Amino acid sequence: MAEKMAMAKAINESLRRALEADPKVLVMGEDVGKLGGVFRVTDGLQKDFGDSRVIDTPLAESGIVGTAIGLALRGYRPVVEIQFDGFVFPAYDQIVTQLAKMHARSLGKVKMPVVVRIPYGGGIGAVEHHSESPEALFAHVAGLKIVSPSNASDAYWMMQQAIQSDDPVIYFEPKRRYWDKAEVDVEAIPAPLHKAQVVREGTDLTLAAYGPMVKLCQEVAAAAAEEGKSLEVLDLRSVSPLDFDAIQASVEKTRRLVVVHEAPVFFGSGGEIAARITERCFYHLEAPVLRVGGYHAPYPPARLEEEYLPDLDRVLDAVDRSLAY
Amino acid sequence: MTVDSSAARKRSAAGKAGTTGSKADSAGTKSGATGAKRTTSTTRAPRTARAGAKKSTEPELVQLLTPEGKRVKNAVYDSYVAGITPEDLRGLYRDMVLTRRFDAEATALQRQGELGLWASLLGQEAAQIGSGRATREDDYVFPTYREHGVAWCRGVDPTNLLGMFRGVNNGGWDPNSNNFHLYTIVIGSQTLHATGYAMGVAKDGADSAVIAYFGDGASSQGDVAESFTFSAVYNAPVVFFCQNNQWAISEPTEKQTRVPLYQRAQGYGFPGVRVDGNDVLACLAVTKWALERARNGEGPTLVEAFTYRMGAHTTSDDPSRYRGDEERQAWEAKDPILRLRRHLEASNHADEGFFEELEAESEALGKRVREAVRAMPDPDHFAIFENVYADGHALVDEERAQFAAYQASFADAEGGH
Repeated sequence: MAEKMAMAKAINESLRRALEADPKVLVMGEDVGKLGGVFRVTDGLQKDFGDSRVIDTPLAESGIVGTAIGLALRGYRPVVEIQFDGFVFPAYDQIVTQLAKMHARSLGKVKMPVVVRIPYGGGIGAVEHHSESPEALFAHVAGLKIVSPSNASDAYWMMQQAIQSDDPVIYFEPKRRYWDKAEVDVEAIPAPLHKAQVVREGTDLTLAAYGPMVKLCQEVAAAAAEEGKSLEVLDLRSVSPLDFDAIQASVEKTRRLVVVHEAPVFFGSGGEIAARITERCFYHLEAPVLRVGGYHAPYPPARLEEEYLPDLDRVLDAVDRSLAY
Repeated sequence: MTVDSSAARKRSAAGKAGTTGSKADSAGTKSGATGAKRTTSTTRAPRTARAGAKKSTEPELVQLLTPEGKRVKNAVYDSYVAGITPEDLRGLYRDMVLTRRFDAEATALQRQGELGLWASLLGQEAAQIGSGRATREDDYVFPTYREHGVAWCRGVDPTNLLGMFRGVNNGGWDPNSNNFHLYTIVIGSQTLHATGYAMGVAKDGADSAVIAYFGDGASSQGDVAESFTFSAVYNAPVVFFCQNNQWAISEPTEKQTRVPLYQRAQGYGFPGVRVDGNDVLACLAVTKWALERARNGEGPTLVEAFTYRMGAHTTSDDPSRYRGDEERQAWEAKDPILRLRRHLEASNHADEGFFEELEAESEALGKRVREAVRAMPDPDHFAIFENVYADGHALVDEERAQFAAYQASFADAEGGH
């Protein structure tokens, strides 16, 4: 039952399946109803499931997450949309102080099956606050799980798994990959939500990435192959928890690691990976773990974003630097 | 779901809720004229002015019992307490006395070092018992961290409230056992949870109601404003019960608002009403009315219980730095327990035996609480890692194992105990 579809459509189909399967699943957010979301990810859902299950909310992100928490306490499983990455911060308080901690605060009596969907990342020529990658700000918070699919098939299945999770999941959607198509088999047996996957095998160096940067890393590996270098590409898929076992296994083989993300390098997930992999693989490493990502500057205006975002050459440069050790 | 604004408008137009006319303007001029940047030296002056001006410009309260304990008629709200029996009145009195006793014991336990902190409800017993006793078993309560009286009404064992103040947990009861949510410390957050819960109640087609507690300080929080918006738009069956105890730690109400708080509701399209928060009967009646509106699909209501925080914000606070004794003394004359006692005595609804028995029950409660707290064990070290996630998390597992190994290293050093 494999069908080729764009990532946006895959998420839409996954939400549809969840709404059909469980009457407690709700979709909430700004413009998610009649409009179908600004990226059309929720297109047609309100028409088919009604406005009490696919809910256009007031323009108040804290209110969206705060009421979703209340609905979860009542037994619902809300999937809320934050329209853009840079708009999540009004809800940051509710996510960090309430959503993340409610289960622990209740000594396990209360569960918080809430999915927060956030279209994130740059590369679409947008105005300020529409291109950010704030995943590290959430990964730092215990109680949250953070995932980001890189392709349509993962987007479909990881959404199914996120909705089924009894923990709050922040689901980062790489908006610049929304229209990339891939085969989605809706009858497949999916990989576990928080396991990384080797998407290209190699022997000389490991590129680790998630979300929008996986495709770039695959392109880098293809370019490097032309120069006779064999790069392994690891799609991490989950930022919290991170699949360190998978990274370790790959690095023990290749002995070199470059982590790539759009988010700023400073205090980013690459830093955490570098530290832990250094602990785990100290005697295997031939080079320090290198990171490629955004700079310690506000996300730049669109005409500069190509300079800010990791691209083929910047990642290849890091690969060369690693291999030079 | 649709907005049932017509019903809401009719209700507020009926005149229960005062209007935002000249009263609001004069209140606004009072606090607004001096602006936000008051100097320290002028801080006291406006407060005196406020206390004086309040008598003439503050809107009327819904009151069924005067501070002297005299029952006064109220055409709108009398019906909500029409069936109340002398036994019910004694019950309300008992609730308030026991709550105050429990609260005093907790304060004492903090002073003895048994609790790290306590947030006293002293003075707010009527607001909490009146509103708490208005709820039905299937209703759901979202408290702040000071609703010990409401917890009492919901049947939460008072000793369970003390775990978080002793530092052995962050919330020691199952919210669904009594439909009493965990204490929420971040100011105002719970009003959104209450609203979402109420939206769920409406989706389920149930006729339960939800009540969210918050204070005058919280009224400034964006989450409270958003909860008003959401509940109004979705016509959610929720009552916002604001205990205006006049002080947000050191900040008086005029640092939070230019209009009487209950009037905020009007801008959101639902009724607001100010009730004498030291009058347990009025709080009971007004909350019953508001909960009934919620059950009938008439949407949210804001109740402002006008009361006074007789004690400090918490045991860590020192009110002598920001308010004078005379204000407290003025409120002591309006004490919620005293006024019901006067009423009971004047109406011959309670004899000396009742009060003596209650005194003994109070002391027994104090003793039980004291002993329970002292016997409360410290949590196991590994509780740090428990319930971080419902479905587990690899990093938590890894760090738990590291912690265990570290702990075990001491045992090895001590000879393998």
